[in-house]
Amino acid sequence: MASSSGPMTGPATAPSGSGPGRLTRWGKLLSRELTTVAITMFGLLAITFLIARVIPIDPVLAVVGDNARPDVYEAARLALGLDKPLWQQFAIYVGKVFTGDLGTSILTAQPVISDIKRVFPATLELATLGTLVGITFGIPLGVLAAVNQGRWPDQIARFIGLFGYSIPIFWLGLMGLLLFYAKLGWVSGPGRISIAYQDFVTPMTGVILLDAVMQGEWDAFWNGLSHLILPSAVLGMFSLAYISRMTRSFMITELQQQYVIAARVKGMSEARVIWRHALRNALVPLTTVIALSYANLLEGSVLTETIFAWPGLGRYITNGLLNADMNAVLGGTLVVGAIFIGVNLFADILGRIFDPRTR
Amino acid sequence: MSEAVVALLEVDNLKVNFHTPTGIVRAVRGLSFSLGRERLGIVGESGSGKSMTGRAILDLIPYPGEVLADRMLFRGEDLLTMPKATRRKLRGRRISMVMQDPKFSLNPVMTVGDQIAEAYRVHHKANAREARERTLAMLDAVQIREPERVYALYPHEVSGGMGQRVMIAMMLIAEPDILIADEPTSALDVTVQLQVLKILDDLVTSRGMGLIFISHDLHLVQSFCDRVIVMYGGKAMETMPAAELADPSAMSRRHPYTLGLLGCLPELGNPKGRLSTLTRDPEWLA
Amino acid sequence: MGNWTAYLTADAPASRRQARLGQAWRQWLALKQNPLAIAGLIIVISLLLIAAFAPFIAPFDPLAQDLDRRLMPPSALNLFGTDSLGRDIFSRIVYGARVTLFIVLLVVISVGPLGLLIGATSGYLGGWVDRALMRLTDVFLAFPRLVLALAFVAALGPGLENAVIAIAVTAWPPYARVARAETLVIRNADYIAAVRLQGASSWRIVLRHIVPMCLPSLIVRTTLDMAGIILTAAGLGFLGLGAQPPMPEWGAMISAGREQIFDQWWVATFPGLAICVVALGFNLLGDGLRDVMDAK
Repeated sequence: MASSSGPMTGPATAPSGSGPGRLTRWGKLLSRELTTVAITMFGLLAITFLIARVIPIDPVLAVVGDNARPDVYEAARLALGLDKPLWQQFAIYVGKVFTGDLGTSILTAQPVISDIKRVFPATLELATLGTLVGITFGIPLGVLAAVNQGRWPDQIARFIGLFGYSIPIFWLGLMGLLLFYAKLGWVSGPGRISIAYQDFVTPMTGVILLDAVMQGEWDAFWNGLSHLILPSAVLGMFSLAYISRMTRSFMITELQQQYVIAARVKGMSEARVIWRHALRNALVPLTTVIALSYANLLEGSVLTETIFAWPGLGRYITNGLLNADMNAVLGGTLVVGAIFIGVNLFADILGRIFDPRTR
Repeated sequence: MSEAVVALLEVDNLKVNFHTPTGIVRAVRGLSFSLGRERLGIVGESGSGKSMTGRAILDLIPYPGEVLADRMLFRGEDLLTMPKATRRKLRGRRISMVMQDPKFSLNPVMTVGDQIAEAYRVHHKANAREARERTLAMLDAVQIREPERVYALYPHEVSGGMGQRVMIAMMLIAEPDILIADEPTSALDVTVQLQVLKILDDLVTSRGMGLIFISHDLHLVQSFCDRVIVMYGGKAMETMPAAELADPSAMSRRHPYTLGLLGCLPELGNPKGRLSTLTRDPEWLA
Repeated sequence: MGNWTAYLTADAPASRRQARLGQAWRQWLALKQNPLAIAGLIIVISLLLIAAFAPFIAPFDPLAQDLDRRLMPPSALNLFGTDSLGRDIFSRIVYGARVTLFIVLLVVISVGPLGLLIGATSGYLGGWVDRALMRLTDVFLAFPRLVLALAFVAALGPGLENAVIAIAVTAWPPYARVARAETLVIRNADYIAAVRLQGASSWRIVLRHIVPMCLPSLIVRTTLDMAGIILTAAGLGFLGLGAQPPMPEWGAMISAGREQIFDQWWVATFPGLAICVVALGFNLLGDGLRDVMDAK
């Protein structure tokens, strides 16, 4: 607050926000943001390093197994660089990560980075659709609740929101499969696409729906969609809960502002006051929320993908966990963390663009 | 009011109540007045119910509050029985309000020009270009020098004085009959207060509007208004011609609360050792 | 009754205790107005009672296998049916309440003070200590909670205690944030300056003035966090990384019922419902408390 009100107090700054002053402001902002990102990334690496090398009682055993011969054990120890001091190990680790070397997966015998490249589009597809579901239903629900604060629409929205916060996502997925797939037969079951259609679509972007559209394979498209709809609805429920609650809280704040009263004084219809004046203001903080919920869905996907046998990043991590494939687990963790940071940065910038005061 | 055919606004026994979990809060308790094409001042301390009176006239009392009155007429039309939608159409078009602080009462994410044009377009069939031209003319009328440039500015880019002139333009563009000005200059620097008041006064007078000027500033009300209502605890203590506030010979007729308020004010030419504080008599609210 | 009400609702309380009780009374009145919050309160109290009196409520031993009665559908005898080892699911859920409470309490006990300590230190000292600690907090917040917990458990090895540690390690940052924000506001408040001028010691200021002011938001924060902790614990249990068999942990029970989901639906359904109800209870209560106590 203090720093932003500084230039405002000068009387001569009326035509601010244009010309070279704006550019340097953006440059400063960007460099500050990038510093933050760099420090956070560094911390992220430190934590994964800690998990990989320091917490396990013997990281070598984690690689070679309990019954390894002493010479194999020693070779592995040297290969891991465990004879060097900890800070050197960390430096080597950071260097490797920056060259894209996340180690080799025990399970697939492939470099972890190429595994992740292969599975990531599936997760992206799921999280994107889930967030769209959350936005489409969450924002109107939150607005409705805020407008009717304390009355029954608010109670219903509050209940839906809290319910979304209270439901184990993996259980919701199971129940969805039980009802909509097994009992009603409305959607397809686990997996991304039925085996019958598997060879119709050549992977290009890795996102099946896009690939199918680009290749004109409409049957495959509908099949893919019927596989996608349930897991993304499950994730969407989660995102809906978050977005609707935050929308409600932002809208309540906005609806108490003087400019809302001023809009009513002008004779604007209540709908216009709410949707054009108040919501437009609430959208500024909501951008961050939506981005955060998008990132959170990556987390939700860990459990959801397990249930739906969805070949994405989440399932890759859990498979690694169950097979003691530490490189896969930590590589996946690192990627998810890095995406978190990236999405936050993006949301921050987007929020600034939406708000004329910080533009 | 003998010569006026129909008063612009007649209010009889207005009450505003808020129902809270711990009981009923009575913000306004039985206020009556009528307004012609004049400048009526309402003075009182904070919490005296003066702002709630303005809100009640506009039908903008928020949810747990209720408005009761024996009579509330706008140019002979009954506001109490009027459908909500009709009352909304009166807002801005017939009765408008300038609020205290332009920093908060202008929408921060819309340009000031768009906000003014919007006020015009709710009430008049006009396309975007006509509305823009009306807006530029209105900005000119509130003595903003470069209307074209100011039109495209966001509220945080204009000064307080300019913001309040924008606010006045926005509230007068639909040419209402009554303007309620709720502490319109309290948030402004002293240097621009008079300038804004002058603009307000000129517009109100030249357009023959009725003005309800809500303020806590006795001097301001006295010099700016024709008549004054002094409010305390949601009730009118007394109503008088504004000139009498400065008239020593009329002091004997004044209500003790008004005298108390006057006694709290420092005078430049006549310094007092210690300013008196208000004594309040519970009897006044009986 | 009338006397009490008058005492509690007095406009000008005569003693500090009267003021405090009066405030609690008003908060209770406001909370009572919110049926959802009361529903949450009832659920939470029921959970405590069920956990306390599990042996009296559960009709069977939660670990007793009866291989002749495997995968029986819900009936009068087995209210929620039996699982693939013939164990009574209802009894396992009743005992599972203990496991859930154990996890939640352990996490809260370790996370609350840790977050308070880091947040208050950060807010009170300011300067580079503040910057360093908040940077650390940001790093932890940059990780999705469950994924980080997974990675920790992967390194520590599966088990209930390790799950608790992993959840605690990932759960403290929001508490630190709240505590820091509150401390910053309170530290600079005029009444703290006034107390300081009266010669109060730092201890007295922190314990009598700052902590009570922090408490409402921390209580609200904790109650709302309970549901998240329960869900994370259940998720770890579901992946086989939390409580190990045969312990009746709800998440693990869902996982066990997964193979039979299409044929014996009850095995996975009821433990999930239990998680839902309990998490919802904490959320409803916390939400109501926030409206009443933390009106900001």
